[in-house]
Amino acid sequence: MEITRRRLLVLLPAAAVAWKYIQAGTPEASPNYKLSEHWWGMLIDIPKCIGCGSCVRACSAENDVPDGYFRTWIERYHVPDWAIECPEVESPNGGKDGFPPNQSTGKNFFVPKLCNHCADSPCTQVCPVGATFVSPDGVVLVDKNYCLGCRYCVQACPYGCRFINPKTNTAEKCTLCYHRITKGLTTACAEVCPTGARQLADLKNPSDPIHEFLKTHSVQVLKPHMATGAKVFYNGMDGSVR
Amino acid sequence: MQIPVEGFMYPNEVELQWSVLIVLYPFITGLVAGAFILASLERVFRVRAVKPTYRLALLTALAFLLVAPLPLQLHLGHPERSFEMYLTPHRSSAMAMFGFVYLWYLMAVLLLEIWLDYRRDIVLKAQSTSGLTRVVYRALTLGSSNISDRSLSIDDRVGYVITLIGIPSAFLLHGYVGFIFGSVKANPWWSSPLMPIVFIFSAMVSGIAAVMLLYMASTKLRGKEIDIRCVDVIAQYLFYTFVIDFSLEMVDLLQRIYEADESFRSLDFMVHTRLWTSQVIIQILLGTVTPIVMLGLTQVVKMSEAARKRIYAIAGSLTVVGIFAMRWNVVIGGQLFSKSFLGYTTYKMGFATREGLLTAIVLMLLPFAILWVLVKLLPPWPDATSHASGTAPAHGTT
Repeated sequence: MEITRRRLLVLLPAAAVAWKYIQAGTPEASPNYKLSEHWWGMLIDIPKCIGCGSCVRACSAENDVPDGYFRTWIERYHVPDWAIECPEVESPNGGKDGFPPNQSTGKNFFVPKLCNHCADSPCTQVCPVGATFVSPDGVVLVDKNYCLGCRYCVQACPYGCRFINPKTNTAEKCTLCYHRITKGLTTACAEVCPTGARQLADLKNPSDPIHEFLKTHSVQVLKPHMATGAKVFYNGMDGSVR
Repeated sequence: MQIPVEGFMYPNEVELQWSVLIVLYPFITGLVAGAFILASLERVFRVRAVKPTYRLALLTALAFLLVAPLPLQLHLGHPERSFEMYLTPHRSSAMAMFGFVYLWYLMAVLLLEIWLDYRRDIVLKAQSTSGLTRVVYRALTLGSSNISDRSLSIDDRVGYVITLIGIPSAFLLHGYVGFIFGSVKANPWWSSPLMPIVFIFSAMVSGIAAVMLLYMASTKLRGKEIDIRCVDVIAQYLFYTFVIDFSLEMVDLLQRIYEADESFRSLDFMVHTRLWTSQVIIQILLGTVTPIVMLGLTQVVKMSEAARKRIYAIAGSLTVVGIFAMRWNVVIGGQLFSKSFLGYTTYKMGFATREGLLTAIVLMLLPFAILWVLVKLLPPWPDATSHASGTAPAHGTT
């Protein structure tokens, strides 16, 4: 076929569009996964967390999280008896390397943090182009091929869970290992937790143990006054946790 | 680069997300809205004394409006995708409407009003000049060269209606910018229903002060006499608007102090440490209380013209600096504390970086360069039209 100037003008944009699709790659198929049958969240059992940092390392490796940024992290709280409103908190390198031995007496505990996958998430509300969204199965995701990098979502998250990936210049956060959970696996952090402090929860699955746990334990979410519909539930959470 | 942190920050919070460029954004749009409101004083509210500044105010608003999206573009991680805000706006986002509000204000209000107001001058210039200048003015006529009395009268009436629409549009433009911050419930420093109103009044304050200074400086540079009646009236409006603006900010502050919610201790500490210079010293004492007192004195004490001019120049300059400091304290201050209320980070501004000081300085100088071109192209001086065409000024019927 002879390539005339007119044909070239038609072919070039078509080739550009095709190249964009090739670059985006083919999404992995999960043929047996039905979006409407799941509503994902997570259970964090604070008394079980030993602050080993395995979850942070696993998350970092699984999701290629850049150094100095965190999809999940661990905080160590020290709450003096006389100042429960002013706890001392630390999270050296997000707890990735564990914590130095604790010198202080009094109440000490670890709190793992991650995106709360809010049902009414302020971060998705503010995205000017809808690049971040709540999936039909309840996971807050970011389309990095669409995100402008305006950082409004980072400002809007009350929990400090988002950051701008310096490699892609787009917003990034915990995906609840969406590429794993849609294939019947658990999240990387829950997989490696040696004490079972993190458990993936499917709130739409009637046989998920989360239902029994929620019935029999007093659980809380972070910053309930923000009314975000957070779906990361904390068991045994002290009132001083922010 | 290690960023100094005091206390505890969530690990992803240490780095500030919005830089000095985002400080410029509300500052610049504020100047646009304020300058337009000053122009509308003459056009709609028939405050004849400020007429010498009418056209200058419109051109100032245009020069700054053209620059307003640049800091945002430079800040975006993917500026090439910014057009998506027009194609697929996310309706629940406070930010998504910026493009539309901006375009509305630029195309439907400012450009149209300036064109209608200058149309007669443009046509006359197209007829009286030659060469490239003639081509430029002919293009600016947009093919409309009818300057009959009837046609000019229609221009005038349409211009009046556009100014009427322009006033709420100016409020919308800057109130909207305030809402972008005021609606972030995660950030107690920003989250306030008063934020859009404070932004509107502070915009009026900065715009009025800027046009007053530009008028005084440009008149001096042209070797003409400053119309003291005009600056007296502008200064009077500046004083009244500033008193309202300051009162609103004080209401907000008192409410916060009295309520003393969970964030108060953290924010109070921040104001007394990291923001002490920029907020208490520069914004409140130097940039607000001092100009209000100075302008107030001119209202109650009899002074010579020279003294008044000097006071207006100093008070106007302090006002613009104070409003810039206010934008700084809102944008940067709102990111210095942790949402855990347990710690503070530091803003490290680069110099010759994409979002550094040099970029900010260039962006702040750019509107003045644009204004210089606009003034050359469309002289706003009351005496300019008569010089050019040998006839009375076009804008004389309102």
